[in-house]
Amino acid sequence: MGLMTITSPHAHGPRKTANLMRVVVIATLPGLFALTWFFGWGNLINVIWCSTVALLAESAILLIRKRPVSFYLGDYSALVTGVLLGLALPPLAPWWVSVVAVGFAIIVAKHLYGGMGYNPFNPAMVGFALVLISFPVAMTTSWAAPTHLLDNPMSFLDTLSTIFGFSTQSIDAFTMATPLDVYKHEISHSVAEDVVKNPVFGQFIAHGWEWVNIAFLAGGLFLMKKGVFTWHTPISMLFALALMSLIFGWDADQTTPPLLHLFAGATMLGAFFIATDPVTSAVSPQGKLIYGAGIGILTYVIRTYGSYPDAIAFSVLLMNFAAPLIDVYTQPRTYGYAKAKRGTKEAE
Amino acid sequence: MSIILSAILTLLALAIVFGAILGFAAIKFKVEGNPIVDEIDNLLPQTQCGQCGFPGCRPYAEAIANGEEINKCPPGGEVTIQSLADLLDVEATPLDAEHGEEKGKQVAVIREDECIGCTKCIQACPVDAILGAAKQMHTVIADECTGCDLCVEPCPVDCIDMVLVPEDIKSWTWENPGNQPQIAGNIIATDKAPEVAV
Amino acid sequence: MKQIWDFHGGIHPKENKEQSNQDGISDAGIPPRLILPLQQHIGHRAEPVVSVGDKVLKGQLIAKAVGAISVAVHAPTSGSVTAIEDHPVPHASGMTDLCVLIETDGKDSWCERTPCEDYSTLSKDELLSRIRNAGIAGMGGAGFPTAIKLHPPRQDKVNTLILNGAECEPYITSDDRLMRERASEVILGLEIMAYILQPGECLIGVEDNKPEAIAALREAAKETQVEVVTIPTKYPSGGEKQLIKILTGSEVPHGRIPADIGVMCQNVATAAAVYRAIRFGEPLISRVTTMTGDCIANKGNQNVLIGTPIDWLLEQNGYLNQKGSRLVMGGPMMGFTLHDTKLPVVKTTNCLLAATNKELTPPQPAQACIRCGMCSEVCPAELLPQQLYWFAKGQEFEKAEHHNLFDCIECGACSYVCPSTIPLVQYYRYAKGEIKQIKADQEKSNQARERFEFRQERIEREKAEKEAKRKARAEAAAKAQAAKKEAAAAKGTAASSPTEGSTANDKAAAIQAALQRVEAKKQAQTAPEVTLESLQKKLLSAEDKLSKMENAWKDAVENNPERAEKLATAVESSKTNVAKLNAQISEMNKGTGQAGGSEPQAPVGPSIEELQKNVDKAKSKLQLMLDTLEDAKLNHPDRVEKLERAITKNHTRVSHAETALSEATNAKKTTESTESNG
Ligand code: SF4
Ligand code: SF4
Repeated sequence: MGLMTITSPHAHGPRKTANLMRVVVIATLPGLFALTWFFGWGNLINVIWCSTVALLAESAILLIRKRPVSFYLGDYSALVTGVLLGLALPPLAPWWVSVVAVGFAIIVAKHLYGGMGYNPFNPAMVGFALVLISFPVAMTTSWAAPTHLLDNPMSFLDTLSTIFGFSTQSIDAFTMATPLDVYKHEISHSVAEDVVKNPVFGQFIAHGWEWVNIAFLAGGLFLMKKGVFTWHTPISMLFALALMSLIFGWDADQTTPPLLHLFAGATMLGAFFIATDPVTSAVSPQGKLIYGAGIGILTYVIRTYGSYPDAIAFSVLLMNFAAPLIDVYTQPRTYGYAKAKRGTKEAE
Repeated sequence: MSIILSAILTLLALAIVFGAILGFAAIKFKVEGNPIVDEIDNLLPQTQCGQCGFPGCRPYAEAIANGEEINKCPPGGEVTIQSLADLLDVEATPLDAEHGEEKGKQVAVIREDECIGCTKCIQACPVDAILGAAKQMHTVIADECTGCDLCVEPCPVDCIDMVLVPEDIKSWTWENPGNQPQIAGNIIATDKAPEVAV
Repeated sequence: MKQIWDFHGGIHPKENKEQSNQDGISDAGIPPRLILPLQQHIGHRAEPVVSVGDKVLKGQLIAKAVGAISVAVHAPTSGSVTAIEDHPVPHASGMTDLCVLIETDGKDSWCERTPCEDYSTLSKDELLSRIRNAGIAGMGGAGFPTAIKLHPPRQDKVNTLILNGAECEPYITSDDRLMRERASEVILGLEIMAYILQPGECLIGVEDNKPEAIAALREAAKETQVEVVTIPTKYPSGGEKQLIKILTGSEVPHGRIPADIGVMCQNVATAAAVYRAIRFGEPLISRVTTMTGDCIANKGNQNVLIGTPIDWLLEQNGYLNQKGSRLVMGGPMMGFTLHDTKLPVVKTTNCLLAATNKELTPPQPAQACIRCGMCSEVCPAELLPQQLYWFAKGQEFEKAEHHNLFDCIECGACSYVCPSTIPLVQYYRYAKGEIKQIKADQEKSNQARERFEFRQERIEREKAEKEAKRKARAEAAAKAQAAKKEAAAAKGTAASSPTEGSTANDKAAAIQAALQRVEAKKQAQTAPEVTLESLQKKLLSAEDKLSKMENAWKDAVENNPERAEKLATAVESSKTNVAKLNAQISEMNKGTGQAGGSEPQAPVGPSIEELQKNVDKAKSKLQLMLDTLEDAKLNHPDRVEKLERAITKNHTRVSHAETALSEATNAKKTTESTESNG
């Protein structure tokens, strides 16, 4: 008669990991749109290229590890990694940079650590950091200039051939340093008023970048509303970053001002799509607050004192290191206990 | 010259200071650990069966502390070997078959109508788990019996049986979901066992 | 309006209550036979007081409570006992337990009852004992004996008595219907409990999705001190600890019971049962059970006799069995699946959920935990389920315990939300079971060690006592000797000096000791497994002893003629001992010689060596038996018969072993010869 005998609970909620990942991918669309709108086709091509590579790499390694490919591909986690890398890499980054970044992210950072759920570091950021260190030139000179500033913006085909290395023409005409980079360099021998005259800053904060960041912010808020992650990590990260730049950077003539910190570079992408990666972050709400704040502070510190213009990848990776320790010290107080058990002390 | 001298002096001073700190720490934070024999003894199943070739668990624990192999305890089986290996930080080796195989939990039962009351089993039982007096029927206190089967041989009328303790509704526990094929979770195989049904 | 609090986490699964809460409670009727498990509660199993063939009346005691934590079982209707045997019971394991089977006669005739118009005329102890004897155990799910619960430790004063009418699990509506239709019984039951406990306030917590029940209770509770509190619908608000938090704002400390903070929680159905037990003297023989799920045509609530077979009940209500369906006792969140339908309804069966696999989808394969944290967001115990899962899976039980695994109430909220569909709760249950097992084993091994050490000590002590006694005797003897000697010396016969005499005496004492030791050894050597080595060792030591004794004897002949005589006999016996050992060894050598003749490599099956060992074992056993028999013939004639029986048996054993051995040897030889031929 075949009654099914299984353990409770017998009902299950509607959420599925695959859905979550899909929602994340969908939520990046406004940001992708803004990037394409302001900086040309580069990111779109990158996203597609990186996703393809990610899925291929994932399938290959699953085959090698003798895992059911379709089952694991179905969780969309590789797709998310690919999409995030496509968004984070410079729009005109050569194709092989993307391949190295994605391949390393999937194969080394994810699967060599045991696959989804077991990786201690955010795979996308590991890949990003790798290419940033290995190919600094490609990574700093491939930032597309805002199309509105160009008389003759690159066409889709041009972009494609540039990325895939068929184009012989120099891309210098189409690239430009990022606002964060520009401000950091210029301010050392100039004053704020003059610095912002650079067209890269545009009318408001940083040409194009402010809209990109706002688009990512919107996508992030959508995810938060959907309950994909809690507010703790992103808000505390943004708050810490803003606070740091207010305290140390109140003088716009000396260092980058708060608004630029928040709305230029990969800040919002990092806050809502990268720092919130659940696998590699702290688990308890309190832990997430600390974790987010750590990313914010590190981002500020590296952006200001380090030699790299942006710092999301490094700060996220550094905090990934700290996440297990944070977990140990932020175990929540369980029902019926006066105090939370904290630390590693075994005795009760 | 003076540079060398000052360097030496500085290093010396540092050495003294750090030495003092280390010494202090060693005394202050000294861990009063269990003597290792106690810890080993704690891990052994205390069956006192002597299958390891030692007259009881404690002697075997002492022997292990002195370098004896850790794989001679059949009642403890793999679990005990594993925990001993963890404790002593050595490689876990499979159970030494010479000393017997790992069996389920057993308990001795005396077929009471055949017992002649000779008290021989009482003398053999290492944990005084057999009740009875001369010429009286004997019986095993199942709760105290360690299942060592030392009482089986001395019995002149062969009336002692070792029976496996069956699992009943009270001792039943939930199975590890990781071991249940019908339950999900097993599609996530480990790298050790990659044969997975899709 | 009473203030209410919130608890952490919780979920809002689809309620699915409307399928079964539309119609009133109907009567399920009397099935042809009843199966009454003797353990339907937490604690000791009840002990049957009827025997097979007995006629029983409705309400008659059939099993009495034994031990402190236990409740009785009663016959739910009249009939006769057909069996008292192990029968499958509703339990997650699907195992069997002792049950009383009753064939009903359909007359439903009551036994004598002791009703009580006014409970306040009875003492508290009397009330408690009536509740205990009525077999009432918590009807919400766990089945803790109600009388015990109503009798908290002396130091705990219950200030708040809570009736749990939350019924937060989806699908279940039995309490809902009960509160609607029998609100007055619930309130009266509560009043009886309040009379026993004398609390400061009485509350009934009901989720706001049951407005009719709330209205009915409010109506019934008019003019009483009872307050009906509406609480927001959220699973698991009906968990005892969660309800206490909601209604009082305080938490039950870890490892304590609610009474420790002056709170007590009882289920509404339990209250109604208490009322009926006191007012009418009716034991707990039926309960309201929800029958729901798409496999059942007539969904609704029924008053079901305890022990009613579920298959009968389902049949009555139109059961449409489908492939892949499941039958859950309890709700979809915490209930367990039944392995079979031939199980009885028990006191804790609040719901039977026969769901199609469309309703409750079969479990999906679990994916990896992505540490999304949704589980910890909903965990009402404020745990970190993902960490617990990690530890349970990795069998790091200590860490799991450190993360408060045992505070998990197994509510299933975490599994419900887990997007990776991991069977989290089962991991926790598994880990809990393992930890308990490990602790029990540890406990047992500690106990064994203690007993072992105690025994060693006792043996030592006995030895020491013996030694002391012997010494005392020897000393006394020595003194006597010395006195004699002195007397002799005084007589002037020049002999050895007194010092010499005393050395001789000492020697004599030592010999005595040695003798006794030999004796003790002999006795101690009951272990029959004589190996060649041990025999040789024995022989050596015996020879050693012998030569020592002979020396001592020579010595004594000169100095102490009286001793010498005794020693001579001892030497004699020692000699026989040696001879015997020699004989045994040579026999043994023969044995091994035979064994050595055959090839050492074992063919299929038990090796020849092993067989040889078996033969030896059997033989030595036989020898032991024969010896014992000899002894018995002299001293214990009563044993002779039993021994003879055992010996006959053992003869067969020996011959069996021998045949096996010879067969094996023959087989071996044939294979060898064929091998050499080929
Ligand atoms: S809900 Fe499931 S996937 Fe998410 S953290 Fe908890 S166990 Fe892991
Ligand atoms: S089952 Fe345990 S861990 Fe899961 S939500 Fe309930 S109390 Fe928390």
